[in-house]
Amino acid sequence: MTAYIVRRLFATLPVMAVVALFVFFLLRFAPGDPAAIIAGEDATTEAIEAVRAKLGLDRPMVEQFFVWVTQLLRGDLGVSIFSNLPVTRLISQRLEPTVALTLSTLFVAVAMAIPIGVLAAWKVRKWVDRVVMGFAVLGFAMPVFVLAYILIYFFAVQWQMLPVQGYQPIKEGLWPFVESLILPSLALGITYMALIARTTRASMLEVLSQDYIRTANSKGLATGRVLLLHALKNAAVPIITVIGIGIALLISGVVITETVFNIPGLGRLTVDAVLKRDYPVVQGLILVFAGAKVLVNLVIDISYAFLDPRIRY
Amino acid sequence: MAIIADDLALPPARRFSMWRAIRRNPTVALGGVLLAVLVVMAVFAPLIATNDPFKIAPVNRLRPPSERWWFGTDQFGRDVFSRTVYGARVSLIVGLSVAAISSILGLALGLACGYFRRVDSIVMRIMDGLMAIPSILLAIALITLSRPGLGIVIVAIVIPEVPRIVRVVRAVVLSIRAQPYVESAIAGGTRNWKLLTRHILPNTLAPLIVQSTYVCASAMLTEAGLSFLGAGVPPEVPSWGNIIAQGRTFFQIAPWTIMIPGTFLAVTVLAVNLLGDGLRDRLDPRLARRL
Repeated sequence: MTAYIVRRLFATLPVMAVVALFVFFLLRFAPGDPAAIIAGEDATTEAIEAVRAKLGLDRPMVEQFFVWVTQLLRGDLGVSIFSNLPVTRLISQRLEPTVALTLSTLFVAVAMAIPIGVLAAWKVRKWVDRVVMGFAVLGFAMPVFVLAYILIYFFAVQWQMLPVQGYQPIKEGLWPFVESLILPSLALGITYMALIARTTRASMLEVLSQDYIRTANSKGLATGRVLLLHALKNAAVPIITVIGIGIALLISGVVITETVFNIPGLGRLTVDAVLKRDYPVVQGLILVFAGAKVLVNLVIDISYAFLDPRIRY
Repeated sequence: MAIIADDLALPPARRFSMWRAIRRNPTVALGGVLLAVLVVMAVFAPLIATNDPFKIAPVNRLRPPSERWWFGTDQFGRDVFSRTVYGARVSLIVGLSVAAISSILGLALGLACGYFRRVDSIVMRIMDGLMAIPSILLAIALITLSRPGLGIVIVAIVIPEVPRIVRVVRAVVLSIRAQPYVESAIAGGTRNWKLLTRHILPNTLAPLIVQSTYVCASAMLTEAGLSFLGAGVPPEVPSWGNIIAQGRTFFQIAPWTIMIPGTFLAVTVLAVNLLGDGLRDRLDPRLARRL
């Protein structure tokens, strides 16, 4: 077991190395002159040269590479062109809202999607199932920002039940914090929910057709017990996989959701950095988001071994 | 001649019946019809639009939907209906070109990876790395470093989509390679090129087509998302994402500037997905059973 975890841990290194190389070469080999584009439309030659010096693009490529790699290994992501603050500090300041939003979306989506999926599999080809599947197909097509505005229009503007936008940190009180996250989580979670519900249904259907389920039913066990204890537990591996895959979806969605709801998290930071063409910040954010995604995949892979003792690599 | 023809007569071919095709595969039909309407809208945009989509008329700002402005006007007094009609062009161009380009690149790389072990270990490491970067961030990074335009948006969306296609194609190639008929072709001395094009390539096409419809849908969503964030096509281009982004400030008093292009975007993506699901059920029964 430990050997397996260690081996998986080492397997993440080449992935992160590729990500790091990608952001390094993207800046160096981008078409046109990145320094001129970052400096802006009507920048003077001096301003462009200043940006170039700041990014270290005026030095030889090999030197740039070694400086960059040593900095990165020390956990130094560079300095923002715009605010001159270290990128690591900018990121850590904005971390809390994004983590809160991601976790609450994860919770809302899983808590709603798994029961729905189980229900659909139990009542397969009945109207409940058709409604769930219809919802799943719609969920895949619904852009996050469109759903977000529909939710805001009804729940915040028309019925005034929830705040229109904004974020309340948890230290301001639990209810305002929860309240500020309800609509963003629903908007961000819709596609994710559709994905989990669909996979839960498919995985449950496969398990429910097996002999031991028929045995359990015929010996008179309560339906709920058969569904949840016998079936769902064995249907778990694909569901966990898709929960993991979906976190990637959430990370992309966070950027848009935070913009709609004006949440001061990493997504908002990304958009601000893009609009100001603050490449060091964008680069730092890519590394952080990719790192988070790789870490989630690692956790999912390790969880397989616990869920299904037959799985050993 | 006539006698021979009669003797050899096959059972009369069943006439193609539109009704039967729709009954058998309602989702493909629905997706196809919706998409056809959209294509017509995009191609004949200048004829369908009731007003000039670029004309600014401050007198008419933020008018609700009416007979004159079917979908109302935005904060510059521009006609939302005409802008939405033109927006179909951007969505379709991005969706189709991203699907086509990433399919071709993904097919070539996937074939190479599945067939040549040495290429595989290098290319798949790169693909894993690219897959680790959330697609919208990857696109954003590229766009930060370039001048805004439709071309760079397409390139920025293609890069994160390619690894998804490579993985699908590679998986098919690996399973086909192990088939006895391929082994016997290798034993018979068939050259690599012929083996790839004649024996392996045709098997990858069905999953490739299915996957490329999903790529098309996801590209449309990404383009709208990028434009919405201000990192997509230039703001003066009427794309659905841009119309929505510009409607944000006045959303509470003029919700139509967001709801209407939003609905068009959702329905378009829905249509492409339905088409994809239908194609998957027909072309790739193995995958259909798994989902």
